[in-house]
Amino acid sequence: MMLSLTCITIVAGAALAGVNMLTEATIAAQKEAQKQAAISAVLPAHARIADAEQTDGMTIYRAYDADEQFVGAAVQTETNGFGGKIKLMVGFDADNKIVNYAVLEQTETPGLGTHIVEWFKNEDKPTQNILGRKADGKMTVSKDGGDVDAITAATISSRAFLAAVNAAYAALHGHDAYTGASKQLPAPEAVEAEDAEILSEEQAEGAEAVEADANPNVSPE
Amino acid sequence: MAQLQTSAAPHVHSGDSVQKNMLLVILALLPAFAVSIVAFGWGALITTAISIITCVLAEWCISKFMLKQQPSLFDLSAVLTGLLLAMNLPSNLPWWMTILGAVFAIGIGKMVFGGIGQNVFNPALVGRVFLLISFPAAMTTWPVAKGFATRYLDAETAATPLSYMKHAVLEHRQFELDSLKDSFMSCVPDHIMGGSMGEISALALLIGGLFLICMRVISWHIPVAILGSIAVFTGILSACGIGSGPMTHLLTGGVMLGALFMATDYVTSPMTAWGKIIFGIGIGLIVVVIRTWGSYPEGMSFAILIMNSCVPLLNRIAPKRFGEIAKK
Amino acid sequence: MNNSTKTLLNGIFKENPTFALVLGMCPTLATTTSAVNGMSMGLATMFVLVCSNVVISLLKNLIPDKVRIPAFIVVIATFVTIVEMLMKAYTPAIYDVLGLFIPLIVVNCIVLGRAEAFAAKNSVGMSALDGIGMGLGFTLSLTVIGIIRELLGTGACFGLNIYPDNYGMLLFVLAPGAFIVLGLLMGLFQKYVKK
Repeated sequence: MMLSLTCITIVAGAALAGVNMLTEATIAAQKEAQKQAAISAVLPAHARIADAEQTDGMTIYRAYDADEQFVGAAVQTETNGFGGKIKLMVGFDADNKIVNYAVLEQTETPGLGTHIVEWFKNEDKPTQNILGRKADGKMTVSKDGGDVDAITAATISSRAFLAAVNAAYAALHGHDAYTGASKQLPAPEAVEAEDAEILSEEQAEGAEAVEADANPNVSPE
Repeated sequence: MAQLQTSAAPHVHSGDSVQKNMLLVILALLPAFAVSIVAFGWGALITTAISIITCVLAEWCISKFMLKQQPSLFDLSAVLTGLLLAMNLPSNLPWWMTILGAVFAIGIGKMVFGGIGQNVFNPALVGRVFLLISFPAAMTTWPVAKGFATRYLDAETAATPLSYMKHAVLEHRQFELDSLKDSFMSCVPDHIMGGSMGEISALALLIGGLFLICMRVISWHIPVAILGSIAVFTGILSACGIGSGPMTHLLTGGVMLGALFMATDYVTSPMTAWGKIIFGIGIGLIVVVIRTWGSYPEGMSFAILIMNSCVPLLNRIAPKRFGEIAKK
Repeated sequence: MNNSTKTLLNGIFKENPTFALVLGMCPTLATTTSAVNGMSMGLATMFVLVCSNVVISLLKNLIPDKVRIPAFIVVIATFVTIVEMLMKAYTPAIYDVLGLFIPLIVVNCIVLGRAEAFAAKNSVGMSALDGIGMGLGFTLSLTVIGIIRELLGTGACFGLNIYPDNYGMLLFVLAPGAFIVLGLLMGLFQKYVKK
């Protein structure tokens, strides 16, 4: 009785060890590829991704091109949405433009809040699209005076999403000195300066005018 | 299918009185229906007409072709289901959604169980919850009635006070209606809140409900238990700094409509007085829990459906247990 | 109809695991959000069923009665783990969706049930046929539920759009839709197929 059960267990163990040996390398490669794909999808073209940096519960992956120039960073961030945690990967380029984002985890109301996955990257609807916008750490929905249209009937999820993007931007700039990236946010004056810069650069787009109205109300620190 | 119809449940009324009671309930709903027409105009009429016609047609087709029995249209129950369903919908809901909801209400909510008197869940609420889960954006986007209290409400997608309450809970704030008059007295368009057709005037619903209680169509137990327990639970919670106060909760969303017209449905509520009171308290508790901590801003329909499923147990347990305690 | 055809068809119609035996409800309800997911779950279960049926039928005379259940479970768990590793390595996208439910095949009543009720008493060939029949029955049921839920819920069938997805009824993609579709199909199956 013991003998037969032992034999079966030994054979089973051996079979599993064999299959594990065969698949181990492939599984590891798949996992790495998935992580890289998630990071790469939100980053501009790059040659190398630096090791992860942890800061305030967020993870930053900085990317460099072949000449070791900083081209952008992917930030993994999270926030409380309507139904629980929203986990995001947001990619910025060297000019702080949002390249892309990916929702890694969310438990929003199905059919409403779950639209965060694709709502803010709809290239056909500039008022809800955030890709290509210059991040300034204070994007808000139009209901709150910002210029991003919230998801229909899911304003709270939309607010949470933008808060996460803003937090990602803040995390990236808290550690700016490490990379020598062009934009820095050390003091309130600098914020003012940057706002002015954004306006002068993108005045033509008109949409920024709304932001100009909203910005004075937001205290920089 | 044939076995399902043989056992007549004890709470089924004879044909005559079903028809009479249904007619009285429909009459009692008329004030609230009138308010919704004043507020939302043609949209309210069209949605209600589609809902009633679809419910009646669906019931007729299913009894005739699938159950192969004599269609029982003249008891007006399908008309009432259609009217109640419409009262639970935004008046600008696309017509095909209203049709789907009405078919689902009659088909899945009523006829799969064998027709009138056999259903476990309130058919109109089954239809509403089906639509709410299936088309959440359309079901939670209310039209702006003319002259809204714009303080709460965005011009494009009129949010209800409930979504503000929910948001306030998330941010650990408390939200109260600025003026209770806005919800209670809203017979004038200027004071109408956002919401489904039957949610906008608590006063009109109360008038209808009192009429039903006076005519002895419904008993007072369920509405009083629901409204009382909501008041007590939200009173305790708001005293602890969580959520809004009792009056705000009572006068917003589907509480009045649910407590007076949906939870009191004969077929899906308990038979004994104590059963009804436990049923009502259960609904009140679940509504408050969903409104405060759930992921939906409103929980009245879910609460009634959940307690509907407890009715067979309440019919069995409640009288016995409470009878013993009373004797001591 | 000869015996082997009967064994094969038994699992698909008369003793269909989902609609007639009502076994393995957890994966049935949880993984049938789309046709592909349902079919993948069915195929993974079918692989485990066939392999475990064959091995247990081979070993039936070597396993003492007292330890047969642990022995069966070891055999089943081994095959489930193999499926899990293979899926992780070669179909990671499907593994991500089915995730937790792959290891749970171990406790799927159909697998242990067929080992105990059929493989332990019949020849290797018949056990393999029974595994294939039951596996096909399970796969077909899950695929049908998956097709209906995907079609009603998102307007697509195997990922191909049939009608615009804003007409899709979200309810059918979510858990309550699983129960409603399963219940209605079970009723239709009992009325038209089983009789």
